Amino acid sequence: MTIRRARWRRALAAAVAAAALVGLAGCGGAPAGPPVLNWYINPDDGGQAEIAQRCSAASNGEYRIEVSQLPRQSSEQRQQLIRRLAANDSSIDIMSIDPPYIPEFAEAGFLAPVPEGVAQRTTQGIVNSAREGASWNGRLVTVPFWANTQLLWYRKSQVQGTGLDLSKPVTWDQVVAAAQRKNSTIAAQGIRAESLTVWLNALVESGGGQIVTNPSPDDPEGVRLGLDSPAATRAAEIMKTVSAVGGPGFSTASEDENSEAFQDGSAMFQLNWPFVWGKVNSAIEEGTVEKATADDFGWALYPQTTAGRPSAPPYGGINLGVGAFSPNVDLAYKAAECIVSTENQKYYFLSNGNPAARTSVFTDPEVVKEFPMAPVIAQSLQQAKPRPQTAYYAEVSESIQRTYHPTAGIDPATVGPATADLIRAVLAKEELL
Amino acid sequence: MTTTEVKPDTTAPAGAAASDRSRSEQRLGWMLAGPAFVIMLLVTAYPIAQAVYYSLFDYRLTDPENISFVGLNNYAVILTDQIWWISFGVTAFITIVTVAVELVLGFALALVMMNALKAIRPVLRAAILIPYAVITVVSAFAWQYAFSLDSGFVNSWFDWVPGVAADTDWFGGTWDSLFVICLAEIWKTTPFISLLLLAGLAQVPDVLQEAARVDGATWWQRMWKVTIPNMKAAIMVALLFRTLDAFRVFDTVFVMTNGANSTETVSFLAFRQTISRVEIGLGSAVSVLLFLSVVIISVGFIKGFKVDLSQARGE
Repeated sequence: MTIRRARWRRALAAAVAAAALVGLAGCGGAPAGPPVLNWYINPDDGGQAEIAQRCSAASNGEYRIEVSQLPRQSSEQRQQLIRRLAANDSSIDIMSIDPPYIPEFAEAGFLAPVPEGVAQRTTQGIVNSAREGASWNGRLVTVPFWANTQLLWYRKSQVQGTGLDLSKPVTWDQVVAAAQRKNSTIAAQGIRAESLTVWLNALVESGGGQIVTNPSPDDPEGVRLGLDSPAATRAAEIMKTVSAVGGPGFSTASEDENSEAFQDGSAMFQLNWPFVWGKVNSAIEEGTVEKATADDFGWALYPQTTAGRPSAPPYGGINLGVGAFSPNVDLAYKAAECIVSTENQKYYFLSNGNPAARTSVFTDPEVVKEFPMAPVIAQSLQQAKPRPQTAYYAEVSESIQRTYHPTAGIDPATVGPATADLIRAVLAKEELL
Repeated sequence: MTTTEVKPDTTAPAGAAASDRSRSEQRLGWMLAGPAFVIMLLVTAYPIAQAVYYSLFDYRLTDPENISFVGLNNYAVILTDQIWWISFGVTAFITIVTVAVELVLGFALALVMMNALKAIRPVLRAAILIPYAVITVVSAFAWQYAFSLDSGFVNSWFDWVPGVAADTDWFGGTWDSLFVICLAEIWKTTPFISLLLLAGLAQVPDVLQEAARVDGATWWQRMWKVTIPNMKAAIMVALLFRTLDAFRVFDTVFVMTNGANSTETVSFLAFRQTISRVEIGLGSAVSVLLFLSVVIISVGFIKGFKVDLSQARGE
């Protein structure tokens, strides 16, 4: 017993000594090798990590990029980055930011200014929505990386016989009528989450309105809202109508649930990002889905709110921001330029299914072969509109989620003005959220 | 029969020698408890004091240059907002329902563990304790998956129950959602309450039970007249701990509904103001109100049960 205890003590002492030595070694001198740039990425299928390696190798020892993964939800990514940046965290060199949060980051002084040359080179030949989404107050504050948009996906076999011609732009009313005729469903994001704001914004913008009409960067109480406009009322009407043909789980349906419902054929239409194409093809490779399913997938531009008026589909994606407290701002911009090169955008599209911000990628034969809907995505991105651009997007979005959810229960005539009142009170710090 | 209670003499004994001894014992006591006391101050009192301080300011994390002192305004905003009262009501509902069910279930499980055959007792205790070992977020996800429309099995297993159909959306309404939230909470923390009650059961002297049995008392009579009164302190501790725990419920709601359908709790409200809105002032004020609620519950329990906790320690 005593011998065993003595052995334990020796082992423990050795472990402590080893740990102390490792600690001391860590303290001594500057780290060897090129400067390390930390890139905080949103979770993906490994594409950003691969691009980081490629750019590190291409820099010829000038820098090395290391990736750190942020949480899955974009709102949680924002929370983590904001908390770190508010504490002047200098370890954040590059960050992948969801576009609606860019004004907040810029306004808080968390982003290092984009050098003129970098701004010029990284915005050459990019889609309209990506340029708009990467800017704040008319200035480019982040570097556009990849741009996302939602399409109207439909099952060809189910649409047959409804009289709906999807080779031409269609309206929401037509889509709803077709689903009712086939006694099927439309999968849209009815869950209380940020995706609900994405949906509402696309509907309001498609009708010619805007949720936020004056972003008022300095004064939260100066923010003007367009939620009492006819476009907003029409948007609420569409939301209510669609939720009636959204299936039993509509109020809890997110992008993932909707892609499942569409894939298994229980939904005839879905409004979703292009990841659904990669998902069905992966399922075919794994043998869990038949090839006929993907062959049955059809795609069209986001539905119009008013016949004849081009729709304004949701714009998403990721832009690269450089941390204001980074000790390597110049190098970080150099690395960001490498990350968003046409070659890397093409690689990211092909490997991870995330569409490029640069238009030339959409006509690349390899891309078109893998993503036959690439031309539609490119067109959709030219028409797409960003979510409300304001430094208080989180407040605006969460207020919308509170009042518009569940969409089946809203009163289209009153929900808009009520939400505007709530947002005003929340921004004036007179109400909780 | 009357009992005479002899109160311990707490006054210091006279005489220099005794006083020296008591002083040195006191010093030793401080030396032993001092480090723990300092750590407690650092990890508990400091954040609470900081929250109280911040709650008096209008302070947005992304706009640190515009901090302004607003006094008790944040509290006025919160207490006049119906969202606070709805969240408070939801929290109270979850607390009362889960604690009441857990007390009954936990007591039954404690009795089973107490009276099980010696051979299977360790296995039984381990089996009952497994849910408590599961991390709350994990258990919340498990229950959410079980009840969700796409991956869930509950609808297909229980479609014979009136009101349950293949397309019942459990997270589509307030009461359905609260039902699942309460169920998950009860599953997760009943073992905790049963463990505390088991400790209380073990403390009931066998002689009292035997005397009652000899007097011809039935099982129910022994339970009501002997067992439960003698484990009052244990019941109070179990109820108090669980009530405080239940009142701070957050993870399950966050995972299952994210506050949709009026299922937000007070902790969730604090999270939304502080973390989502980065309004540190308002969020701190909500946290302080949550802290005060917890203090009131604790005091209420201790006064209501009229239990002197020092007696439970056998002093």
